[in-house]
Amino acid sequence: MSARAAAAPARLQSGRVRYGELLVKALLGLCALISVATTIGIIAALFIPAFEFFQDVSIVDFLTGTEWAPLFEPAFFGVVPLVVGTLSATFWAVLVAIPFGLGSAVYLSEYAGARTRKTLKPMLELLAGIPTIVYGYFALTFFTPLLRDLGVGVDIFNALSAGLVMGVMILPTVASLAEDAMSAVPRDLRDGAFALGATRRVVATRIVVPAAISGITASFVLGISRAVGETMIVLVAAGQQPNLTFDPREAIETMSAFIAATGAGDVPTGSLEYKTIFAVGATLFVMTLILNVISIRLVERFREEYE
Amino acid sequence: MNLKRRGRDIKAVAFHALLLLSLVVGFVTLATLVVDVVRKGWQYVDKTLFMNPPSIDPAIAGARPAILATIYLGLLLILFTVPIGVGTAIYLEEYADRRRWYNRLLELNIQNLAAVPSIVYGILGLAFIVRGIGLGQVLLAGALILTLLVLPTVIIASREALRAVPDTIRQGAYALGATQWQVTSRQVLPAALPGIATGSILALSRGIGETAPLIMVGAVTYVAFDPTVLGPFTALPIQIYQWVRLPQEEFRSLAAAAIIVLLGILLSLNAVAIWLRNRYQRRW
Repeated sequence: MSARAAAAPARLQSGRVRYGELLVKALLGLCALISVATTIGIIAALFIPAFEFFQDVSIVDFLTGTEWAPLFEPAFFGVVPLVVGTLSATFWAVLVAIPFGLGSAVYLSEYAGARTRKTLKPMLELLAGIPTIVYGYFALTFFTPLLRDLGVGVDIFNALSAGLVMGVMILPTVASLAEDAMSAVPRDLRDGAFALGATRRVVATRIVVPAAISGITASFVLGISRAVGETMIVLVAAGQQPNLTFDPREAIETMSAFIAATGAGDVPTGSLEYKTIFAVGATLFVMTLILNVISIRLVERFREEYE
Repeated sequence: MNLKRRGRDIKAVAFHALLLLSLVVGFVTLATLVVDVVRKGWQYVDKTLFMNPPSIDPAIAGARPAILATIYLGLLLILFTVPIGVGTAIYLEEYADRRRWYNRLLELNIQNLAAVPSIVYGILGLAFIVRGIGLGQVLLAGALILTLLVLPTVIIASREALRAVPDTIRQGAYALGATQWQVTSRQVLPAALPGIATGSILALSRGIGETAPLIMVGAVTYVAFDPTVLGPFTALPIQIYQWVRLPQEEFRSLAAAAIIVLLGILLSLNAVAIWLRNRYQRRW
């Protein structure tokens, strides 16, 4: 896309300076600066108190400690149980979202007709529009009892139920981005394969998926990022106990759930407990930032390849 | 001649079935969720829910302050996000020179902001809006933080709407001697309006369904009176969260009733967005 600023060739513009036009451009630029200010605000809000936190607590102890008990006496500030809790819930979410999201995307892109796609896609996106607290309610009051009825011995709060329901929530994100990537693969590639006698399944799995692999990977990475940062489902259904365990039947605490639970209480500003919010928040932010940047880069790559 | 292979290819059938199964997982969950919520909560959706404040007695507990606050939050959200979001989108699409590094950085920044977890926005609200500038745990603080949260969504949707307006319209206006702002405000913006409106409504419905950032700016309080912009507040998702946490079965049902109200609001907003899109959107 060319810059539209160049739409009116410079030679055609009159020499007179139009102050109104300049003012408008400045105001619009100011709007755009708000999003820059947001990013700077987030970084400052997280890292300044986090830095103060690390003057009281050694950063090595924080990153390698296996016990998280910020309110106990003596207090322990090892973030590993929270990270493990986050990864455990994310694992179960990804286990649902990636295969079923990719399957939905292949169906919508390669199998469904134009009309079917037009009805199915908005319905799938409705899933992404359900508030996360509603999924949390569903996981706690419907899915966990269902798992118990099925003979899976889960605790009332557990990583498995929260993770699986979170997977359904992320599914449309994965499906939508993966489908975009597959739709961008040129028709010629498919037609060539069909001409050689390939079946629809072979075209989908051997031609389209490999050709769209960077976009598909981007959809997976974005899905993982969503799961890592998701708060309400895990807060409601996975519990608030920082157990260092990968056993999905037990209660855990994720980074996001700790932040929300601590932020909900009236923590005195400047206390060490208040600063833990920011130390954990900074850890979470860095993890999702890395995932987001990888995903954005991968999307750019498939855009370059086919558009 | 029939190009299709004769006989059934088992693998092809199995693959097709697997793909359909993937879609079904999403739809079945959605249907189960809705049926479950309606079954548990429907009998509690009554006058008490809409007119009464929350209470420790489930028989008289309602969600009036929460419902009102969610409406206020929605109105403020539209008021704040639409001008800023559309302004940013116009800057990026119509004015910015994409060869400049700072404009490319701006774009990357917005894409990343769209994927920052909502709880992180909550931390920003806690540190800067509630405690930093000392606004306190008030409804306006909640509205401001939701504004920052949905802004990237509004920007991305508005940019797509602006990009869909063909360049010939701009060139025609320039040829008649219009200035850049005249072209943008009188030709491009009106043509992109349906797309912008649809995107903004969808962003609004995302904003009022958010819980985590509001928890961080202190919405989890017992509010028994009608909310004001500069007063303490709760919101519908927060009310649901508070009721879900209580062990009594009645409160779980009240939570389901509040979910029905919330989903009702979101579904109406989505319906309006779809109607707008079908009624006014032009294919160029």
